[in-house]
Amino acid sequence: MERVKQENIRNFSIIAHIDHGKSTLADRLIEETGMLTAREMQSQVLDNMDLERERGITIKLKAVRLLYRAKDGEKYILNLIDTPGHVDFTYEVSRSLAACEGAILVVDSTQGIEAQTLANVYLALDQDLEILPVINKIDLPSARPDEVKKEVEDIIGIDCENAPLISAKEGLNIGDVLESVVENVPAPMGDAGAPLKALIFDSYYDSYKGVVCYIRVFEGSIRPGMEIKMMSTGKSYEVVEVGINTSKHVSLTSLEAGDVGFVTASIKNVKDARVGDTITDKNNPTLEALPGYKKVIPMVYCGIYPAEGEDFNSVREALEKLQVNDASLVFEPESSVALGFGFRCGFLGLLHMEIVQERLEREFDLNIVTTAPSVIYKVTKTTGEVLEIQNPSNLPETTEILSMEEPIVTANIMTPTDYVGTIMELCQDKRGTFLNMEYLEETRVVLHYELPLNEVIYDFFDALKSKTKGYASLDYDLKGYQESRLVKLDILINSELVDAFSLIVHEDKAYERGRTISERLTDVIPRHQFAVPIQAAIGSKIIARETIRALRKDVLAKCYGGDISRKKKLLEKQKEGKKRMRQIGSVEVPQEAFLTVLKYDER
Amino acid sequence: MDISLYIHIPFCASKCNYCDFSSFPRIEHLVPQYMDSLIAEMALYKEALRNYSIKTIFIGGGTPSHIGAEHIYRIMNYIHANYRTSGLSEITIEVNPGTVTKDKAKSYKDFGINRVSMGAQSFNDQMLKKLGRIHNSEEIYNSYRIIEGSGIENINLDLIFGLPNQKLNDAMESIRAAVALGVQHISHYGLIIEEATNFYSLLKAGKLALPGEDEEREMYHRARNFLIQNGYDHYEISNFSLEGYESKHNLAYWDIEPYLGLGLSSHSYMNNRRFFNSSSISNYIDLLGKGRLAIEGKEELDLDAEIEDYCIFGLRKIRGINKERFLHRFAIGIEELYADVIEKHVYNGLLIDDGQSIRLTEKGLDLSNLVEVDFLK
Repeated sequence: MERVKQENIRNFSIIAHIDHGKSTLADRLIEETGMLTAREMQSQVLDNMDLERERGITIKLKAVRLLYRAKDGEKYILNLIDTPGHVDFTYEVSRSLAACEGAILVVDSTQGIEAQTLANVYLALDQDLEILPVINKIDLPSARPDEVKKEVEDIIGIDCENAPLISAKEGLNIGDVLESVVENVPAPMGDAGAPLKALIFDSYYDSYKGVVCYIRVFEGSIRPGMEIKMMSTGKSYEVVEVGINTSKHVSLTSLEAGDVGFVTASIKNVKDARVGDTITDKNNPTLEALPGYKKVIPMVYCGIYPAEGEDFNSVREALEKLQVNDASLVFEPESSVALGFGFRCGFLGLLHMEIVQERLEREFDLNIVTTAPSVIYKVTKTTGEVLEIQNPSNLPETTEILSMEEPIVTANIMTPTDYVGTIMELCQDKRGTFLNMEYLEETRVVLHYELPLNEVIYDFFDALKSKTKGYASLDYDLKGYQESRLVKLDILINSELVDAFSLIVHEDKAYERGRTISERLTDVIPRHQFAVPIQAAIGSKIIARETIRALRKDVLAKCYGGDISRKKKLLEKQKEGKKRMRQIGSVEVPQEAFLTVLKYDER
Repeated sequence: MDISLYIHIPFCASKCNYCDFSSFPRIEHLVPQYMDSLIAEMALYKEALRNYSIKTIFIGGGTPSHIGAEHIYRIMNYIHANYRTSGLSEITIEVNPGTVTKDKAKSYKDFGINRVSMGAQSFNDQMLKKLGRIHNSEEIYNSYRIIEGSGIENINLDLIFGLPNQKLNDAMESIRAAVALGVQHISHYGLIIEEATNFYSLLKAGKLALPGEDEEREMYHRARNFLIQNGYDHYEISNFSLEGYESKHNLAYWDIEPYLGLGLSSHSYMNNRRFFNSSSISNYIDLLGKGRLAIEGKEELDLDAEIEDYCIFGLRKIRGINKERFLHRFAIGIEELYADVIEKHVYNGLLIDDGQSIRLTEKGLDLSNLVEVDFLK
C-alpha cells in the first residue's frame, strides 16, 4: 500500500448520545469511501458483536482505516475509531478519544442535545479535540435542524454554521461529513524520526496471534522484528506483525507517527499489554510515557454463579476471556450458602452488568444465576477498622458497626419541561438532593441532582425511562462517599435466610423494598405442596411477610389410552421446569428470581 | 398374548362446550364410508393380531349410540369372525342419554356388549345446558332404565364436577343421584378446560366462573368419601366401582398392557411401540380406501420408558404399584430404581409404602403429578 504523508492523515471518532445514529453514520462513511461494497456491508459494520447490533449500541471500540479522495484532489487516510455511546462506557470513550485529533459530534435533529451528548463533548474537549457537529436524521418529518443547530451553538458553544445536515440512514450528504473531516480535523503532528511512542487504546486476544493491540503511533515508527517495551511493566517483545484494519486485517511494513493500526508481538497475556500503556523502542526508548488513563473503578457489583448443573470452571474461563478485552470487568471467587461457589463481579454500571451476563449466556452458552447488584459501602467498625463491603453478606453485625457510608453520584438529567415534576418526584423518592436546574431552551432543562448510587442501580434508569416515555436522559459521575443510615435487608424463604437475596438499603426504604421483594418472590416462586412464607427482615425483626399458598391440586383427572403420550409430555415439561430451579431448603426457587427482585415495577 | 381393542366412532349430535375429542356433529353422511374404512383397518391388522387374544373391547367416541346399531353389529361381527375372541370378557359401548332406544339397547346386548358407559355428566338441568349437552336429567333416567331393561347389568355413569358456578352441594346431588340408581361404576372427573373448546375461549374472555381450587378438591374428596361409604371401591384417581365391576379395559391402560386403537385419531400400544392414527377424517377414509393404514405418528419405547410409564400410570390406581408384579415384569425391584423418589414422597406425605405396594396417599391423589414427575429418569 502506498504511503500517504502525515499531513493527509485524519484520526477521528464519532461521538453521540445513544440512538442518535453514530453507528449508521460510521457505516455510511465506510460505504462512501468504497471500503466495502454494499453487498459486503452488514448493517453497522463496526458493531460486530451480536449483542451490540441487537441493542443498537457500541460496547467495544474498534478502528477502521478509510481511504478518501477529497475535493482538493488529494488522497487522505481517515482513521475512524468507534466509541461506545452509553454512560457506563465513558472510560472507553476517553480511551478512543486519546488516539484522535478530532471528533464528529452527531446530534439527532429530532431530539437535540441529550445528557450523553454533553458528557461526550466534555470528554472530547478534555482531550483538546476539534469537534465537528453533524446534524442527523434530517429526513424525518419531526426534524428541526435549525433549532438543533442553535441549541448546539448555545449550549456547547461551537459554531454550527457549516455543520453538515445529513441523514445517515438515507445516505444523505455523507460526502459533506468526509470533506468536513478533511478540512477541520488537524493532521497528526509527530516526529517519525523520534523514538517510538505509541498508545495502546484497545486490545483483544487471538488464539493464533496472541494479544492484538490497537495503537496510535504518536512519535517514531514500529515495524516487524523491532524489539519493543511496554513502559508500565518494562516487559519487552519482538514485533511479529503490524497492520491496519480496512474491512479485514492488512499487514504493513511499518506504522509511523500519526498512524492508527494494530501490532502483534506474541504477547501471551493481555495483562502485559494494558490498554492505556505506552509502547516504545527497547533499544531507543522515549523519555516520557504518554499520559495513561485513569484506572477504571467498578461501581456496581453482583454475584455470578453457575446455575444448576453448570461448571464453576467454565464460568471462570468465560469471565477470564471477557476480561481480555474488557479491562473494566473485575471478578473474584466467592461462595454463597444458597448458590454455592461463584464469583463476585464488578462492573462500570448496570448496563455493563447486563451485557456481561448476556455475553456469558450467549457467547459462552453458560447457564448462570445472577444476584442483586450492590455498590461498595464503607463501613467503620467500632474498633476503628474500615471495611469496603461489596457483598451484603459480608456486612458485620450491627453491634460492630460504628458508621456506614455509601457512594453518591452527581446526576445530570436532561428532559423536556413537561416531565420536570415527575422527575423531581422520582428523585425525591430515590433520596436525591436537588442541586439546580438549567434551562437549555424554552422547553428543555437539565436537572442536577445528587443521588445515592444504590438507588440509581436499583431501578432508577428504568423508572426514569418509563415515567418520561423515554424522553429524559441521564448521565452521572461518582461524587464521593456520604454517611448514611443503612441496614441489611434479609429475605427468608420458608424461614431460611437466603444470602443471595440480601441487600443493603437505606433505613427509610427498607420496609417498602422488603414488601416489594416479598411480593415479587410470591409471584415467581411456584406453589409447593406446603405453604411457603416469604419474609423480609432486618436483623431478627420481620418487616414484611407474604405467603405462597400451598398447591392444592396438580393432578390429571382423565387419563386413558389416548392421553398417555400427552400426559408424559406434560410431565417431561414439568421436569424441565424443575431443572431450572434452585433447591433452597425444601423450596424450589427459579433462577430468574434472583434478578426479578430488582426489576422496575410500573405499579 | 392378551390385547384390548379401542374402536373410535367420531360422530355426535352436537359438540359439547368442554369437548376436545375427535368428534363431529353434522357429518353423518360420512358414516357408511367411515364404517367401511374401519372394517378395512381391522382387516389390515388381522395378520398382526394373529397371536393375540382379544381381552376387552371399548367402542368409544364421539357418541357410538348416535349411529345405527347395524354399524356396531358390523364391527362386532368382523371381530368375532376374524380375531381370536374366546378370551373376550368385557365389551363396552359409550352412549349418551337420549340416543338409546329400546331396540338399540336390545341389539347391543345381542351383539355381546356387556357394559355401557353413559355420559350423564350432571343431574342438574341448568348445568347440563351450560355444558352444551343435548339432554336433560330426565333423559338420563330414561336411558338408564332402557339399558337396564335390556339385560346389560354393568353400567357406568360419567360425571363431571368443578363446573362453572357449581357449588359443593350441586356436585354432591349428582353423585347421590347416581348412587341412588345403583350403577355399578362411576367415573367422577374434575373438569379440565382444554384448548380449542368453547369453555377455553370463555375462560380466556373471563366469562367462566370456575370453582376455586379448594372448593374443587372438596367436591372430589366429599364425593369420594360418599361413594366409599356406599360400597364403591375407589380404584383409580377418578374411578369407582362396586366389587367386581372395575373397568378391565381401562385397567389395561394403567397396567401398560397392549391395546390397539382403531378409527380416527385413536392411539395404540403394541410391541413396545406407541402409535396413533390421523385425526383428519378425510385423510383417514382416503388412506384406508387405498388399503393403507392411517398412522400419523409413532414412538418406540425402550425398557426405561416402559418402566417410567408403568410407574406413572400405575400410580393412578389406588392400589398402586405391586412390588412383586413389578419385579416379575421387569426382573428388577422398584426400590433398586426409585428408592430415593419413594423415600422423598413418603416423607412428603404423598406416597405410602406398605411393603407390598407403593401407592398415593389421600393427599397424593390431589398432587399426583408432583410424584409422577420424579419417576421420569
